[in-house]
Amino acid sequence: MIPQTFEYTAPKTLDEAMALLASGGKPLAGGMSLIPMMKLRLATPEHLVDLGRIKDLDYIREAAGELHIGATTTHYSVESSALVRGKCPLLSAAAGAIGDPQIRNVGTMGGSVAHADPAADYPAALQALEAKIVIRGAKGERTVSAADFFVDAFTTSLESGEVVREVVVPVEQAGTGTSYLKMPQPASGFAIVGVAVRVQRSGGKITLARIGVTGLSNIGYRAWAAEKALEGSAGSADDITKAAALVAQGIDANSDLHASADYRRHLASVYAARAITAAASKA
Amino acid sequence: MKINLTINGKKYSPDVEPRLLLIHYLRDVAGLTGAHIGCETSLCGACTIEVNGKSVKSCGMFAVQADGADVLTIEGLAQDGKLHAMQEAFWNQHGLQCGFCTPGMIMACKAILDHNPNPSDDEIRHGIEGNLCRCTGYQHIVNSVKAAAAVGAGR
Repeated sequence: MIPQTFEYTAPKTLDEAMALLASGGKPLAGGMSLIPMMKLRLATPEHLVDLGRIKDLDYIREAAGELHIGATTTHYSVESSALVRGKCPLLSAAAGAIGDPQIRNVGTMGGSVAHADPAADYPAALQALEAKIVIRGAKGERTVSAADFFVDAFTTSLESGEVVREVVVPVEQAGTGTSYLKMPQPASGFAIVGVAVRVQRSGGKITLARIGVTGLSNIGYRAWAAEKALEGSAGSADDITKAAALVAQGIDANSDLHASADYRRHLASVYAARAITAAASKA
Repeated sequence: MKINLTINGKKYSPDVEPRLLLIHYLRDVAGLTGAHIGCETSLCGACTIEVNGKSVKSCGMFAVQADGADVLTIEGLAQDGKLHAMQEAFWNQHGLQCGFCTPGMIMACKAILDHNPNPSDDEIRHGIEGNLCRCTGYQHIVNSVKAAAAVGAGR
């Protein structure tokens, strides 16, 4: 499997990259999705701009109660970072659930998010974390919430010539519990259904619930109805079952040879109940 | 496009087409046929090598991305005619049947011990989830990693 011919440039700075992207280049990050698509000729970019040599896009920093993850930070770095594990364990759990070790060594935060695969792991976690995506374009930077960033399957609010510069997630507050659980497709590791949960508890009640679901639909989405059902409840087994039953409400579920729409909806409620239970036990 | 890379300690400076996959460069140009092409869709792991100390699937990257990199393939594991402890362990524990997945499997297993010198069975199985053995000889592969760990193959 040999891709169509293309021109390749590996700029050292983001400014150089932006100029190349403005003239029609396609950004390449880890390439764990783009290169297989090019091999199958589902993608035929004429000019690849490799962001992998831009040193100041590979970082994990803490500032003002948030973690900033640079676009070319690998899944392995996010998974293994002591800072992320300690301050945002939901994000490191999602990173560690992606693909396999070789994929995590190369695949990047920015690439995965920009690719917006409907079965990717990060979108569920980023929705549950109410993450912000910082976008760099020719005219400067803008920040978009995860809820607004994912538009449709393989479609984000990125405009032509724009790239993800970093992803920003909140540092986990006291009294918070999180969990990411998924049913992986056995060969690829992609989520048939994955559920990320963040809950906060105070005075015996669940005061905040954020639930992100991937694999079920065209995008990783927030399960608003289930969140609402959980908030204010005591978080009993019964409360959790009732809330989990709402995660697929109003969702047009995917159907393919791995799982029918009905089975996916069933899995979503089962995995939601397990993930909520696990998160609530840590809150 | 002219690139420079080091493979198993030896320097190479080829002129490559940007679309040339690293696995094709290794096998067809550099003549290093140890890394295998199984699925060619980044699933089977038979093409696993190390680039700058990290295990990667060489069918999933272009040779130009390895410009300036230090590459280690299965051919570079043995030193001075002596097998690497992981190769020795695969031999002793019958960690292979047909042998097709073995070069990639050994590279992935070496990477497990590089990060974690004493992995549990679960950690070993998690570590080789990117490598498929169609003979389904996984148990002996897990045994091989444990045997290599027991003689201190991890860094």
